[in-house]
Amino acid sequence: MTDSATAPETTGGPPPVVEARGVSKRFGATLALDDVSLSVDPGEVHGLVGRNGAGKSTLVSILTGLQSPDSGRVTFSNRPAPSLSDRAAWRSAAACVYQQLSIVPALSVAENLFLNRQADNARPVNWTKLRRKARELLEGWSLDIDVRRPAHELTVEQRQMVEIARSLSTGARFIILDEPTARLDAAAIARLFGRIRLLQSRGVTFLFISHYLHEIFELCQRVTVYRDARQILTAPVAGISHADLVAAMTGEKAAEPVDLRPAAPSASRPILEVAGVTVAGACTGVTFQISPGEIVGLAGGGGSGKFAVADVVVGLLSPDSGKVTIAGKRQKLGSVPRALKAGVGFVPQDRHREGFVPGLTIGENVTMTVPHRLGRYGFLSPRKRSALAWKSIEQLDVVPRNPAQPTDDLSGGNQQKVVMGRALADDPRVLVMMSPTAGVDVKSKLSLMNASVDAARRGAGVLVVTDDLDDLRYCQRVLIMFRGTVVGAVQGSWDDQALVAAMEGVELGHG
Amino acid sequence: MASALTAQSGSAPTGDAASARRPKIALARLRDLALIPPIIIITIIGYFVDSNFLTRASMTDVLGSMAPIAMLVLAESLVLLTGKMDLSLESTFGLAPGIAAWLTLPKGIEHGTDLVPGAWAVPIALVIGALIGAVNGLLIVRLGLNAFILTLGGLIALRGLLTGVSHGQTFFGLTGSQMYLGSATWLGLPTSVWVVLIAFGFGMFALSRLRAGRSLYAIGGNVDAARAAGIHADRTVWIVLILASTLAALAGIMQSGHLASVTSNQGSGAIFQVFAAAVIGGISLNGGKGSLFGAFTGVLLLFLIQKVLTFAGVSGQWFDFLNGLVIVVVLIVQRVVTGRKDD
Repeated sequence: MTDSATAPETTGGPPPVVEARGVSKRFGATLALDDVSLSVDPGEVHGLVGRNGAGKSTLVSILTGLQSPDSGRVTFSNRPAPSLSDRAAWRSAAACVYQQLSIVPALSVAENLFLNRQADNARPVNWTKLRRKARELLEGWSLDIDVRRPAHELTVEQRQMVEIARSLSTGARFIILDEPTARLDAAAIARLFGRIRLLQSRGVTFLFISHYLHEIFELCQRVTVYRDARQILTAPVAGISHADLVAAMTGEKAAEPVDLRPAAPSASRPILEVAGVTVAGACTGVTFQISPGEIVGLAGGGGSGKFAVADVVVGLLSPDSGKVTIAGKRQKLGSVPRALKAGVGFVPQDRHREGFVPGLTIGENVTMTVPHRLGRYGFLSPRKRSALAWKSIEQLDVVPRNPAQPTDDLSGGNQQKVVMGRALADDPRVLVMMSPTAGVDVKSKLSLMNASVDAARRGAGVLVVTDDLDDLRYCQRVLIMFRGTVVGAVQGSWDDQALVAAMEGVELGHG
Repeated sequence: MASALTAQSGSAPTGDAASARRPKIALARLRDLALIPPIIIITIIGYFVDSNFLTRASMTDVLGSMAPIAMLVLAESLVLLTGKMDLSLESTFGLAPGIAAWLTLPKGIEHGTDLVPGAWAVPIALVIGALIGAVNGLLIVRLGLNAFILTLGGLIALRGLLTGVSHGQTFFGLTGSQMYLGSATWLGLPTSVWVVLIAFGFGMFALSRLRAGRSLYAIGGNVDAARAAGIHADRTVWIVLILASTLAALAGIMQSGHLASVTSNQGSGAIFQVFAAAVIGGISLNGGKGSLFGAFTGVLLLFLIQKVLTFAGVSGQWFDFLNGLVIVVVLIVQRVVTGRKDD
């Protein structure tokens, strides 16, 4: 599938379109890029892969001039990168099509294509001429979109096309595609790849970022792997196997002989049954069961739809079809209060948005979902609240040990413990944890996951929704989702590499 | 390869939209004209209420009395398009001509200070407007203060400043240049009406045909995309705020010239009518959507309705109730007719 004829020479040929050498970038305490390099040759599609937090986004912002590296240098065709303030020079050097598309929804396609370039300064805009120019531009790159339509009417695919065409019209011949397939269906992806190959044949160079390794193999000539802010390898795709790539992304895992999981429960009636849950654009026909005392992982990469499934269970999202049964009772979906009443406790995906109220204290946040435990007839007893808050602080080892402390002063790990405390406050029968350890330090991770094990020991069914391999080690069973469906499950002991391969949509068998 | 791809790319992605394409564009254009039918209906009703309604004198009176408010609507529309808002325009509308009168009028019953020759009154008022806009811009753009609450503070403080300076009394006996815009006529129409029509005409041209005007839509629609396209978003918003306050001062000069006096509550409460006119005229409070033509039809509709009510002999005590009701009804009708939650 790879086109070796267009794979460029690494020596003796023209200078690389973009070259980063020894680039490092630090944000506060985190090293986002540690002495990494990248070299993209003219006319190639260069893949860039790495798990979340590997440093890909930071590299993109450096290559597009949104940030400058702390050390190292970036060159475009052997010329040094322009200064950050020279936006016009950056636009013609490198363009990036982000997941968050930067178009103006209310304006027409034609105007979006020539935003701020509608006419020479202070000359009146000639709309007929502008539309013709826009049409010619799109036709020149074989794109068929009505230039008069407002951009908000376009599909995601069409908006991507508009952004790519705009980049090309500013003279950029190096385009970064940041997870362009995440929000596209299979047919649209095939069309996108067709267009990328067409543009490639006309001399446009791409840096292609994706979580889906099979796309790298299908489209790219060379691939660079980042892991933990470092560059792990750069190699021609033709000479690398799927397994090598997965190993490079995950790294050699140190042997972890300790089994962290509670004993698997004896067979009993499932506490949570999810049947045929379908959310348009996110997941299709997801079905599974969890028994009391069981910890089940729901794993998958970006765009797998795992969070949609979890949101349905906790009532944040109303599904298009499917049902959820808790302890034998079918749930009316789409309401968080009803889910809480049915015995669901949950840690939401984005703790800053849905997890806690920053201005309130630890005590108030922990007890927010359980006013019925604090008093009757709408009155709250500060004494009971304090007692309940102390319980959480002890159980989860929250620092500082003070229920009156405002939550926004806490570290990320301790904030997440407060969120976890809230999830546990009502002794849930079903505990749903979404990315529970994202951005959390190792020690907090431990107390958070131990708390979930405790909940399982008390008879709760626990669903851990994550792509973090460390979290999944607490699970007795892991369901793997890919592009909206459950594509596999592992039980007992499993091989992390096989798990990651399945999450990335790669068949290891013929790698 | 290229030809094969062209055929492929032409198929699925745009095929579904092709059928819906034309009517949607027509609808978007129609939105600008949405208030034309109600304006025609109100005019017909007015004619049946009193045949004098459709006379030249009566229409001139409607245009003349709405000119200063229409100018405020123009100013506010520009600010709203960038996604900001400026409530203090109504106080600038009173303060700018008020301070000019205070500095230029003779001492005595006119309550002036006689510090500056009268010829300076108009430039002084305009400069005061520009200064207020510049300070608003400084605080909104540079310090990142919330435009709504900051200009609410400005509204109260500037009104208080005028009351303090004038001791709550009315400046009257305006002369010369201060009177001209509000009282002269060109070709049988009040000068203020001409100025407003010219301002709207130029505004429409600038917003649809000049890059600077288009940048307001880009900033209000998606400020990040605007910045990425090289638009100086902060600078543009600042300029718009200065321009809007200056236009509010100009509107104030028209109003005081019309009445030959400046009361300490000139413009008080007008901002609500201004917002209502802009919004029923199709200007989105979220920025980036609407046209000055729509805004003009909005203010015209409100004033025609008031005139009809006057002709119908409805007591002035009911005007506020009916005005408010009209605004609510227009919004509901628009929501039902367009079927979209736009604003």
